[in-house]
Amino acid sequence: MNTLPQQLANGLLLGSMYGLIAIGYTMVYGIVQLINFAHGEIFMTGAFGALTVYFYVLPDNTAMIVAVPLMLIGGALVAILIAVGAERFAYRPLRGAPRLAPLITAIGLSLALQEVVRNFYPDADRARAFPGLDATHDIGSVTIKDADIFLVVAAIVCMSGLALFVRRSRTGRAMQATAQDPDTAQLMGIDTNRIIVIAFAIGGFFAAVAAVAYGLKYGNVDYRMGFLMGLKAFTAAVLGGIGNIYGAMLGGIVLGVAETLASAYIDGIPGMQQLGGQGWANVWAFCLLIIVLLVRPQGLLGERVADRA
Amino acid sequence: MTALLEVEDLRVSYGKIEAVKGISFSVEAGQVVTLIGTNGAGKTTTLRTLSGLLQPTAGKILFDGKPLNGVPAHKIVSLGLAHSPEGRHIFPRLSIFENLQLGAFLRKDKEGIEKDIQRAYELFPILGERRNQAAGTLSGGEQQMLAMGRALMSQPKLLMLDEPSMGLSPIMMQKIMATISELKSTGTTILLVEQNAQAALSLADQGHVMEVGNIVLSGTGQDLIHDESVRKAYLGED
Repeated sequence: MNTLPQQLANGLLLGSMYGLIAIGYTMVYGIVQLINFAHGEIFMTGAFGALTVYFYVLPDNTAMIVAVPLMLIGGALVAILIAVGAERFAYRPLRGAPRLAPLITAIGLSLALQEVVRNFYPDADRARAFPGLDATHDIGSVTIKDADIFLVVAAIVCMSGLALFVRRSRTGRAMQATAQDPDTAQLMGIDTNRIIVIAFAIGGFFAAVAAVAYGLKYGNVDYRMGFLMGLKAFTAAVLGGIGNIYGAMLGGIVLGVAETLASAYIDGIPGMQQLGGQGWANVWAFCLLIIVLLVRPQGLLGERVADRA
Repeated sequence: MTALLEVEDLRVSYGKIEAVKGISFSVEAGQVVTLIGTNGAGKTTTLRTLSGLLQPTAGKILFDGKPLNGVPAHKIVSLGLAHSPEGRHIFPRLSIFENLQLGAFLRKDKEGIEKDIQRAYELFPILGERRNQAAGTLSGGEQQMLAMGRALMSQPKLLMLDEPSMGLSPIMMQKIMATISELKSTGTTILLVEQNAQAALSLADQGHVMEVGNIVLSGTGQDLIHDESVRKAYLGED
């Protein structure tokens, strides 16, 4: 099981999940220059939305082929509602405020969402079982689960859909304009408040897709799951160049592969025997972030800020 | 007959600092009206307020008979008021074609938009040649042409140009001014803010001189060009 192709596949899968979540950070930052640190919790609420559909809405033993799309819809509804609600009631009133204010609000919102789920969702003070998609397939020397196939397909469909939307649609064009120059976008007749809401909603949707994939893959969800996943996805967004949607996906994949390979192989390097294993994965992920920030502060695909005329 | 744009006792503040201190002027359809004055006189603030980017603290703005007070910026362009902002503000990472399309963001008539894009290319051939190039790669003068072309794409009843000659070479400046007079001759109504008083006044039907938030002198373009105080203060003569 510990072969290189398997590790690469694991890294790509983990990276796709980071990338999906990273879209939410990068789109919101690209348009309002706000780091929505509550985005990890939006991901978490998406997971609980999907869980609610499975356990409390659908009849017992619903076939997964029927359940998964409905769970996606439920998770997406909850995540979008919370993302858009956060924008409307927490961030919009602070639009003109010093940057520290929305940042602290985001951290507060993130704690609040965790505590609300922990205290009010049934049995959410510990991990809750999530229906898994555990049937496995062997492709050469690589073994993947149905949940992994779901994740890959979802990531590809969502990313291509988003790329098409941003480049081809009228609203996508308006998003680009708003990101590049919000005042002038208004002079064109673009309702920038609406564009900001759409950016939050897309971020929430992508987070919900990632959340369902997470649940199906790991088989349980808990109220703290958004913290580390959010932090990693934020890292991925910065790594790829924050504000750039392709950067978010690329950053996610680079991060996922790097941390998986590092935790699998680094103890083979003489003198590094102590540093191997899963426990060190986060260390390698954040080391990579530090290195990229030192060498290429704008991120892999980021543009220098200077061209903002 | 009422004017296309009527501004009455307009006041605008940034926090506690009042930048525009109760100005009144009007623009008739078909006219070119210019606001001249030094930096900080409140000219740009006036335009930004007319297009809804800033809210007035007092006063009335009537455009085409409708009050603009409280109307958000993104709705004002659909009433027929287009604003080419100071510093050009083209969308640097979008192509020239996409910038022009955004100027017509609220229009639905695809063929009309296509025709007007062609018209912009005729007015500024360089834009046509570089239509697929990122707008940020254009020179300052070319960016100014794009900003004007983009503002025209909304088929405005009133075109507001803020410092179109700023930072341009003398040749480029002449070109831009020639375009403005060409637009004037086709009947476009223009509110022009300029530091280059000579060029602006020689084009304008009406001119207003602004100083620290007030209009201190008004008259026809020709009157102002020959006014002694204007010549001293703005046309570099003693």
